[in-house]
Amino acid sequence: MPRLTIAKLATALLDPVNLVIESSETVMLHGLSGSGKSMLLRAIADLDDHTGDALLDDTPCSAIAAPEWRRRVGYLTAETHWWAAFVGEHFHERNSELVSRLGLPEEVFDWEVGRLSTGEKQRLGIARLLDNRPEALLLDEPTANLDQDHTHMTEELLKDYQARHETPFLWVSHSPEQRSRIGNRHFRIEQRRLVEERA
Amino acid sequence: MTLITLSITDLLIAATLVVLVALLSWRLYLGSAKQLLIAATRSAIQLMLLGYVLHLLFESNSLPFIAMLSLFMLSVAGYEVMARQKQGFRGLWGYGIGAVSMFISSFSIMLLTLLVIIQPDPWYKPQYAIPLLGMLLGNTMTGIAVGLDNLTRNAWELRNQIEARLILGQRWSQAIADIRKDALRSGLIPIINAMAAAGVVSLPGMMTGQILAGSPPYEAAKYQLLIMYLITAGTGFGSLAAVWLGSRHLFDDRHRLRLERLKKK
Repeated sequence: MPRLTIAKLATALLDPVNLVIESSETVMLHGLSGSGKSMLLRAIADLDDHTGDALLDDTPCSAIAAPEWRRRVGYLTAETHWWAAFVGEHFHERNSELVSRLGLPEEVFDWEVGRLSTGEKQRLGIARLLDNRPEALLLDEPTANLDQDHTHMTEELLKDYQARHETPFLWVSHSPEQRSRIGNRHFRIEQRRLVEERA
Repeated sequence: MTLITLSITDLLIAATLVVLVALLSWRLYLGSAKQLLIAATRSAIQLMLLGYVLHLLFESNSLPFIAMLSLFMLSVAGYEVMARQKQGFRGLWGYGIGAVSMFISSFSIMLLTLLVIIQPDPWYKPQYAIPLLGMLLGNTMTGIAVGLDNLTRNAWELRNQIEARLILGQRWSQAIADIRKDALRSGLIPIINAMAAAGVVSLPGMMTGQILAGSPPYEAAKYQLLIMYLITAGTGFGSLAAVWLGSRHLFDDRHRLRLERLKKK
């Protein structure tokens, strides 16, 4: 039963944040652009210098090697980047069921990265992240570039993953409909603080 | 065969050719004239000065004096490596990576060569030590500068890809692996090309010099081969050290990419 705890974690744009995301819980986050949402996710993923800590169950991020932490606490960036020429080179296994649930054919693994559309990249970015079998997920606008059908497919897949692995989610979304559809608790960033909202 | 000494007039004829190139390029608005003339003047002053210093050095044969000149050459080479970086590391690292890498490679290889291979008497005989170090440093410097420049430039340009790999849980060494490989190759290509072309396309500088000075060509070829291998080893160890140190310094202990350690463009 993984639980993600954020303990006094502060970034350049945020005062110390305390937040516990229980297993199977989805915490939605929004706020003006530039208010520090991505920076918070980056700090939880330990990509930037920060004070405070994050814990997965009782394991503090600072107590284990950063690569291991990042495999266990998966972070989906708003824009995905690809370092090899072909899609398949970014995956451990060619999971055709996973990509088909995102509306992509199995041959997608043989596709050239340079020919992917923005939406395809975003969906493959999610597949690539789930391929690591993360125990908690930080999602920065995972459906921002997707049409309605693909948005629903992606939400379904993520909720399904959550149901199976009891994954805590911290999900950034600009869409009020998506937030009320998906979220269990809701926060917005206002004046350097996380403010809880009534759903 | 005796050495034909060069007169000032001989040198002036050659210098006039350089001036002509500069004039032509200035007339045709092609640029580079100024740099060309500055570099030509600089080289004249530096080489004349070196000739004079070496003359003194050969007479004195003093180890401290030789050590001082060697250190001076090393520090200038370290500065040159830094100056050739478009976007090198900030602060002491900018100078240190190049200087340390050159020190490791050039100095140790020079010592090995003097003590084990050539064995002049005394071992620090400046007629051998200084030209040897000069050739090593000159080439190692280029390899290190090119390798480091390639490393930092690509790390900057491909920063998003490096971070994507880190985010997915790769270690820093995996995340930079391709870039590091490229950087090392770029540092080694000049010397690989030089070895491939030696004797077929180009007559290398040292061999040319020895032949002009009256050495039998076969002996000159052996010396040239020795020097080439030494230069390759020096460039290789130096570039390896520099690229490894540099790539390590791009990340911190938490496997984060720290591009703020590079100078601004």
